[in-house]
Amino acid sequence: MKYVDEYRDEAEAKRYLEAIASTVTQPWTIMEICGGQTHTFIKFGIDELLPEEIELVHGPGCPVCVTPLEMIERAIAIARRPEVIFTSFGDMLRVPGSDADLLTVKAQGGDVRMVYSPLDAVRLAQANPDREVVFFAVGFETTAPANAMAVRQAEMLGLDNFSILTSHVLVPPAMEAILGAGDNRVQGFLAAGHVCAVMGYWEYGPIADKYHTPVVVTGFEPLDLLQGTYMTVKALEEGRFGVENQYSRAVTYEGNEPAQKLLGEVFQVVDRPWRGIGVIPQSGYDLQPAYAAFDATRKFDVEAIAPPENEICIAGEIMRGLKKPHDCPAFGTECTPEHPLGAPMVSTEGACAAYFQYGRAG
Amino acid sequence: MCLGVPGQVTKIWEHEQTGLLMGKVSFSGIGKDVCLSCVPDVEIGDYVVVHVGFAISKVDEDEAKQVFEYLEAMDELAELEIAQPESP
Ligand code: SF4
Repeated sequence: MKYVDEYRDEAEAKRYLEAIASTVTQPWTIMEICGGQTHTFIKFGIDELLPEEIELVHGPGCPVCVTPLEMIERAIAIARRPEVIFTSFGDMLRVPGSDADLLTVKAQGGDVRMVYSPLDAVRLAQANPDREVVFFAVGFETTAPANAMAVRQAEMLGLDNFSILTSHVLVPPAMEAILGAGDNRVQGFLAAGHVCAVMGYWEYGPIADKYHTPVVVTGFEPLDLLQGTYMTVKALEEGRFGVENQYSRAVTYEGNEPAQKLLGEVFQVVDRPWRGIGVIPQSGYDLQPAYAAFDATRKFDVEAIAPPENEICIAGEIMRGLKKPHDCPAFGTECTPEHPLGAPMVSTEGACAAYFQYGRAG
Repeated sequence: MCLGVPGQVTKIWEHEQTGLLMGKVSFSGIGKDVCLSCVPDVEIGDYVVVHVGFAISKVDEDEAKQVFEYLEAMDELAELEIAQPESP
C-alpha cells in the first residue's frame, strides 16, 4: 500500500480498503463528480489501491474544464476593452482561447485582476466609479451563492458599473445527462460534499430512483472517499439504490436554506452548454430578468466565436466516464499542463492534469 | 475555488450601506472579510466554512482544524494569498 502512510489515519484507511475488498464480488464503475475528489483519488493512489473490480471514472466537476470556449473568448474580448477591470478566480486566467488567455491580455496591458471573492469585485466597482468592473462568474453550486450575493450587493449599493459574465453550471442535471445517455457506464455516484453543503441532497432522490443508481454524498479527504466508495460498493452489491450521506459532519438533507433562497432570487435555471459535453437542459444559472442590468453579456456587445476544439481531445468522453485520460493519444505527449490541448489538462482539478501530475500511464 | 475553507470568526458587523452581516474570518492567521448573511446565528469564535468570501455553514473546531490542515497539505489554499481591496 504505497501511499497509505500519508493518510491521517492509516489503520482506518486499511480497514476501509479491506472492507471494500471483502464486499466486492463483481465489477462496478463508480464516478466521482467533483474535480477536488478526482485530485485526491489520484494523488493518494486510491484508484490503484482499490480491488481491480472497481473502476473509478471522473466526472465533469471541474468548472474550468466545462466552461465553454465561447465564454472564454467572450471574457477575453471584454477584458481587452480599455474601460474594463476584468476580475476572475485565478484558475480561469490560464485557459487558452483561440489566440490568447486572460493572462496574455493582462501582459498586453489589459486590466485583469485575480480576486479572492466576487464581493471584492463589487468593492473594486465602488472604488472605481469611472471604470466598468466585470466578474467572470463560473463554478458550480459552491461559488454561486457568493456570486448571487455580489449582484445583490451591487444592486443595494446602486452600482451601475458592475456586471458578471455568467457561466454557472449545476451538478444534478449533469448526473442525469450522464446516466440517461445510451452508452452510459456509470453504476454508482459519489456526490460532491461541498455542493451538498449548499444545496442539501434532496435533489438526488429522484435521480437515484429513476436510474436505479446509488448516490453517496461524500467529502473530499482520502478517508471520506474510501468510506464513500465502500458505501457505494455495498449498496451496489446489495442491489440497493437511494441516497446516503457519508459527509454528515458537514452536510444536511436541507442544505443552507437562506443560500438556496438567495440563489432563486438572483438566478434562473437555464439550458447551458458544457465544454466537451454539449448543451444539457436546465443545467445552469443565468441572471433573473430583474437583474439583467448586471449581465455583462448584455452590457458589452462583443463578438465571441468559439474556436474549434482540438480534434484529438476526448475530454467529453472522459467527463462522461466512457474513457480515461491515458486513452487519449495526445496525453502526456502533445498535451501536457504546459501545453494543454483541452481544458481537463489546464486545471489541477481536471482528470487529465491529475493523471499527468501523478504519473498514471495506463 | 470549489473547496470550502474553514476559518474562525473574529469580528462581526453590519455592512455600512447594505446592512448585510459581514465578518472577519481568520484562516490560520490570514484575515479575510467574509459575508456571513447565510449563517445568521454565527457568533465570534465560531468556525465557518467559506467559499470565495461567502460563509456556507458552521463547523466544530476539531473538524475545522483537520480540514484546514488537509487543504494546506494538498496545496489548495492559494486563494488566501490574494489581497482584498480596501473597503471604500
Ligand atoms: S490529454 Fe489533453 S487532448 Fe487528451 S483528453 Fe485530456 S485534455 Fe484532451
